Amino acid sequence: MPLLEVRSLGKSIGSAEILTGINLSVERGEILGLIGPTGSGKTTLLRLVNLLDEPSTGSILFDGREVSGQPERELLAARRKMAMVFQKPVMFKARVEENVSFGLKMRGKEDAKSVRKRVKEALAAVGLSGYESRDANTLSGGEMQRIALARALVLQPELLLLDEPTANLDPRSAASIDSLLQSLAGGRTAVILATHNMQQCRKLANRVAVLQGGKLTAHGKSEEIFGPEEKSKASGPHTYGFSLPW
Amino acid sequence: MEEIYSGLLRALELIAARDPQVVEITFRSLFISLSSAFLAGIICIPLGGIIEFRQFWGKRALINLIQTLYSLPTVTVGLLVFLLISRSGPLGGLNLLFSPTGMIFGQAILISPIMIGLTVTALASVSPQIRDTARSLGATEMQLIITVIKEARVAVIAAVLLGFGRALSEVGVAMMIGGNIRGYTRVLTTAIALETSMGNLELSIALGIILISISLAINLLLNRFQGR
Repeated sequence: MPLLEVRSLGKSIGSAEILTGINLSVERGEILGLIGPTGSGKTTLLRLVNLLDEPSTGSILFDGREVSGQPERELLAARRKMAMVFQKPVMFKARVEENVSFGLKMRGKEDAKSVRKRVKEALAAVGLSGYESRDANTLSGGEMQRIALARALVLQPELLLLDEPTANLDPRSAASIDSLLQSLAGGRTAVILATHNMQQCRKLANRVAVLQGGKLTAHGKSEEIFGPEEKSKASGPHTYGFSLPW
Repeated sequence: MEEIYSGLLRALELIAARDPQVVEITFRSLFISLSSAFLAGIICIPLGGIIEFRQFWGKRALINLIQTLYSLPTVTVGLLVFLLISRSGPLGGLNLLFSPTGMIFGQAILISPIMIGLTVTALASVSPQIRDTARSLGATEMQLIITVIKEARVAVIAAVLLGFGRALSEVGVAMMIGGNIRGYTRVLTTAIALETSMGNLELSIALGIILISISLAINLLLNRFQGR
């Protein structure tokens, strides 16, 4: 049973159709690359999957249960098994530690010591050890992007939704994040990676879905979309000294 | 001119000597206005949150009405509260007329539109991405409201300070509800009005200087919060 399944998903705003008839599924431990030009509907699809917006048509099944159109309590329960990193992440007006621990505190299941430990591990995973006390809003765009990733990773989500996660990063930082994401493959976390960076998608994704004009125009294994010899030559998860926090 | 000059000198002497009457009126003013700002704050900030976060019919019209009430004449509020708490009014049994509690109640009503309106504006100015991020990270509806209020804390504190400033400087409610009773409900503004009419200019000027100094302090505090 796939972790996530979307069936005939559509989203309209007024008379404009943003997404039409999307059918997709994602398995645990899989990285699904979502590629397409700007305005093709990648962000809209991620927001629908994260249950931030309501679909106009179709349904979303998470772990076998239909979650779209359910009461807020059920949406929240499903949302708490996911995490999303936005294309332009924003920081709360607080220190890095409060930003990274935000989701954990919302769940309120862990004591302060355990939260601190997990924050530390998540920051180490994105290469920002020692940033706990920094004012999050004084960081560079690239650092904010990594904090946003740490903020998602610390939750140990079953489904990780990434919207251009390396768009603001320099090549070296982007490569380290790619390594980190690659290490998720085969684990319990499924990843949907929206990007218009073909190289990144080719390197990381097991399967690729191509969105154009709000429609799924191609969908298949990475080798089928890009060709077999082009598949990942990426380095392992520890190449840059980063490792997952779990 | 000489009268003003000598009045000013005498006023400064009164302040420097910590004249008991000046001190007592100042502290009563601060107590009543701070209490009304606190009372209005604990009601109006959550109310502003509800107005901002809930979608309901007539929301825009309600916000417009609240903003119109920013300049509510203080004597109108005084009259309204007077009718409510006078002996024959619906709250007459509470014996609030001509009492500091009645003044706190009246001033809280007076500054409520400012506090609600500015809270709504403050919360609306928080980036929608902050809300999305909080929801995406698993915040409940209530946690989301608290997060947004925290994000807008500087502007919300400014709303409370502005409310406090308006309460401190108003005269209509204080006069009509408090009755300007010496040693009981007399505050800076009503004392200035009374002493001026009695020709006691030095005391009026002394109290005026204190009132302006407090207003200046509030303004400095506001600027400090707003990072200017």
